[in-house]
Amino acid sequence: MLANYGYQDGSGDFFITINTDRCGECQAKGCAAACPAGVLEIMEDDYGDVVASVREEHRKKIKYSCASCKPGHRGIHPEGGSEAGPPSLPCQTACAAGAIRHSW
Amino acid sequence: MAEAEQKKEFWRWKEYNWHNPDLDWRVGKIVSGGVDVGSVSSQAVVMVDGELYAFASMRTGSDSPSSAENAFNWAVEDTGMTLGDIHYIVGTGYGRVNVPFAHKAITEIACHARGANFIYGPGVRTVLDMGGQDCKAIHCDEKGKVTSFLMNDKCAAGTGRGMEVFADLLGVSIEDVGELSLQVDEEPEPVSSTCVVFAKTEATGLLRAGWSRERVLAAYCSAMAHRVVTLLERIGVEPEFAITGGIAKNVGVVRRIEKELGITAAQTSYDSQIAGALGAALFGRALAQKGK
Repeated sequence: MLANYGYQDGSGDFFITINTDRCGECQAKGCAAACPAGVLEIMEDDYGDVVASVREEHRKKIKYSCASCKPGHRGIHPEGGSEAGPPSLPCQTACAAGAIRHSW
Repeated sequence: MAEAEQKKEFWRWKEYNWHNPDLDWRVGKIVSGGVDVGSVSSQAVVMVDGELYAFASMRTGSDSPSSAENAFNWAVEDTGMTLGDIHYIVGTGYGRVNVPFAHKAITEIACHARGANFIYGPGVRTVLDMGGQDCKAIHCDEKGKVTSFLMNDKCAAGTGRGMEVFADLLGVSIEDVGELSLQVDEEPEPVSSTCVVFAKTEATGLLRAGWSRERVLAAYCSAMAHRVVTLLERIGVEPEFAITGGIAKNVGVVRRIEKELGITAAQTSYDSQIAGALGAALFGRALAQKGK
């Protein structure tokens, strides 16, 4: 299943797509731990598969939740000051199954 | 009289219940229930051995548990059935975790796909659920299992609530909006499709400029159709295509979606608004069979 979490508004389309068929086969599921904003969680879906999904509380603001990881973004460093975002997205790097896609 | 007219709630859609008098639920092996507590409406469905037995559709109240209970009680009114007679109940919709008597909660995405499969048949591959405050584009297989989905619930544009706002603005009963919107000689440019508040402001300006109600409704139905079509296009549209939810009853929006997509939506004699609760009841039946 292709699960699209996010939204479309006047500023654009912001969706994280998780291929749950690929995700279900991954044993490590390192994506949730790799996400510095805690956007992802591992849960059982409606069909009993244990897969990653976007936490409910982030679904309407992922443009902002994911902003600090987007390449070139100058986010706020947790310990103060600012720094550029990582060159690639931590969730995608941690996903061995290649199951995570961002629309923006 | 003038005051009474001013207070008329044009947005108020018909609430109703139904049960099949020819079906004796007491002889059924599995009686399953589905309760869909949505943001605007709540539905309860009871199935007996996989056959639709009873349902109710009503406006959601201020709290989910009471809304679920009221919908269920109304569905089984005059049937002699009580909660204890149902083997398995599944809650779905926004308030699914607040259905106190449900055995399990399942998302409305899975339930709408399953319900559409029942209502429209196994040939349905794309389901558009236009709910009260959200819109879902779903792909499913021949068993009604979701293969892809996308949901937009960040704003009221493209939802039933947006249509209610327009019904009130124009003083047109919500059940007449669709037909009236088709009574235009030429299709006007759509109003804003990204925000109901902006669309309402724009529509007010158009009325002041002399546009007829029909023309303004056409512009809004067109905007709404365009909004959901852009969502559908993100996951692609595969025939057969079906629409569930209250907006499926609005012919003005449905025809414009069909026109934009170049495809005709499937027809049914069932109430498209009960698809979620129906799907929940079907899940309930399957889970009861598995003894879960």
